[in-house]
Amino acid sequence: MSALQRFFNGDVWHSFRSSPVAMLAAGVALVCLTCALFAEVVAPHNPFDLATLELLDSLKPPAWLAGGEPKYLLGTDGQGRDILSALMYGTRISLLVGIASVLLSMLLGVSLGLLAGFVGGRVDALVMRVCDVMLSFPSILVALMISGIARSLFPHAPDALAFVVLVLAIALTGWVQYARTVRGSTLVERNKEYVLAARVIGVGSLRIMRRHVLPNVLGPVLVLATIQIASAIITEATLSFLGVGVPVTSPSLGTLIRNGNDTLFSGEWWITAWPSLTLVMITLSVNLLGDWLRDALNPRLR
Amino acid sequence: MLAFILRRLVQALVVMLSVAFIAFIAFMLFQFVGDPVTNLLGQDATEEQRLALRKDLGLDQPFPVQFARFALNAVQGEFGISLRQGRKVSTLIAERFPATLELALVAAALALGLGIPLGVYAALRRGRAIAQVLMTATLFGVSLPNFVIGIVLIWVFAVELKWLPSFGRGEVAVLGGWTTGLLTLDGLLHLILPAFTLSAFQLTLIMRLVRAEMLEVLRTDYIRFARARGLTQRSIYFSHALRNTLVPVITITGLQLGSLIAFAIITEQVFQWPGMGLLFIQAVQFADIPVMAAYLCLISLIFVTINLGVDLLYFAVDPRLRIDGKSH
Repeated sequence: MSALQRFFNGDVWHSFRSSPVAMLAAGVALVCLTCALFAEVVAPHNPFDLATLELLDSLKPPAWLAGGEPKYLLGTDGQGRDILSALMYGTRISLLVGIASVLLSMLLGVSLGLLAGFVGGRVDALVMRVCDVMLSFPSILVALMISGIARSLFPHAPDALAFVVLVLAIALTGWVQYARTVRGSTLVERNKEYVLAARVIGVGSLRIMRRHVLPNVLGPVLVLATIQIASAIITEATLSFLGVGVPVTSPSLGTLIRNGNDTLFSGEWWITAWPSLTLVMITLSVNLLGDWLRDALNPRLR
Repeated sequence: MLAFILRRLVQALVVMLSVAFIAFIAFMLFQFVGDPVTNLLGQDATEEQRLALRKDLGLDQPFPVQFARFALNAVQGEFGISLRQGRKVSTLIAERFPATLELALVAAALALGLGIPLGVYAALRRGRAIAQVLMTATLFGVSLPNFVIGIVLIWVFAVELKWLPSFGRGEVAVLGGWTTGLLTLDGLLHLILPAFTLSAFQLTLIMRLVRAEMLEVLRTDYIRFARARGLTQRSIYFSHALRNTLVPVITITGLQLGSLIAFAIITEQVFQWPGMGLLFIQAVQFADIPVMAAYLCLISLIFVTINLGVDLLYFAVDPRLRIDGKSH
């Protein structure tokens, strides 16, 4: 049987097919992901092409309201940008930052957790103390602090560096969860017989950690990573909303909400409402998927 | 007991020192990159002038001495002068602190005052329509980003309905060096939306917690015994069941007070509330290191104090910890 066939016959797929919530959430996530990935093809306009922007078309309401134009389904912002297109490009940036920072924090957290659990002793104590300190502060504060320090050190940084700083700031707040989870499972796995067997036949510690222990502690990490994507997207949006996130030249969902917030008082609700709704939809569906995955992978609940 | 307290104190001290150290490193790197000597003297200064200023600023001292001086100043609340506003950082923070504390305390009161009754209701009327609606609403409270809640509240109550103001603190009363909006009608009206926004997450958290704890407690034997004794429903629910659910609720709320002050950064930005969070966000945007360092040290102090307080409270409340403490 191929791996694909095995997957479709397996428990996880069955549990997925019998959970309407999971399927709905996956559908929403898939639509958002497709729009974000193929924004150039799907989006009706290119919000970054200044030549196609018409100031006359600025602040148009959604198409079904009085004054709206069918050309701009969800309306336009103050510079005449089509909101639907801006949403697609913004979702791409939000997802990119979210996924990149989750991957980075997973790499960092899993390595440190594995090391702490397997080596033990002083390494373990040090890593866990650092975790304790990090956990006693809300993650948004830590991310703000890192972003603020980087901002003061490189005041005229190019946009690419701003992205790196942002991803680092979010990743450095998220790794603790992985480290603690992986350390806990590693402590259990370390004493199992297969590890002893590997040691007896002379396999090195690094290789045991990577090839033998790691695959056995990755289950909970998968669940954690799904949920962390949602919180990374929220953190990114919050930082961008506060004006310390992505550079203004490449607006994410948070930046769009921030821009729209300024015009809320003059009645143009759609500029801020659509990106907010998109953000909520994405995070909610990812969270629901994470919840489902946790239950599906938990052998005690089967 | 003494050993436990001492260990916690040392831990708190280590956290404070590491935060101060990070703030100091940022300070030092900034001086290295930003070169304050040239900034203060201009390009044309002679080498002697530069050396004299470096000596005045203490920049010629070895690294540990500089850190000790920084820490000593920090303990006295002295963080230098804001690079952006040109005023003393300690005065800036002192001006903004009352606004943030007031917002956080009102939000905590709201979260407790609404969260506990709603949680009890959701537990007692489990399965009924209103309870179901409440529980679904809490799902949104947990998963909606804080600033989105704020924006929605502004849109509905300030823009569409025009019932409440959404900008700043309004009129405040000055009592000595302290400002408060609690004593004027205008100040109270300005407080409603930001306080609700800030408390939304904690409110839902407390509500879910109270509901879960109540359901748990109502299943225990002593509640069944109380029923058998023929006590009234009200007496069973409120003086027997609720009292036992409150211990975890109060400790969680205590721990969350620090988060409220930290998350006030976002709420203050949405409502342009003139508190410490807004000051901090502006400092981050303009790379105003002294203000950032001061805010970080102050907020860590608040966090560490709260954590220490809750630890000690646990110790006082839970006798099992005392036995555990001896075996360590």
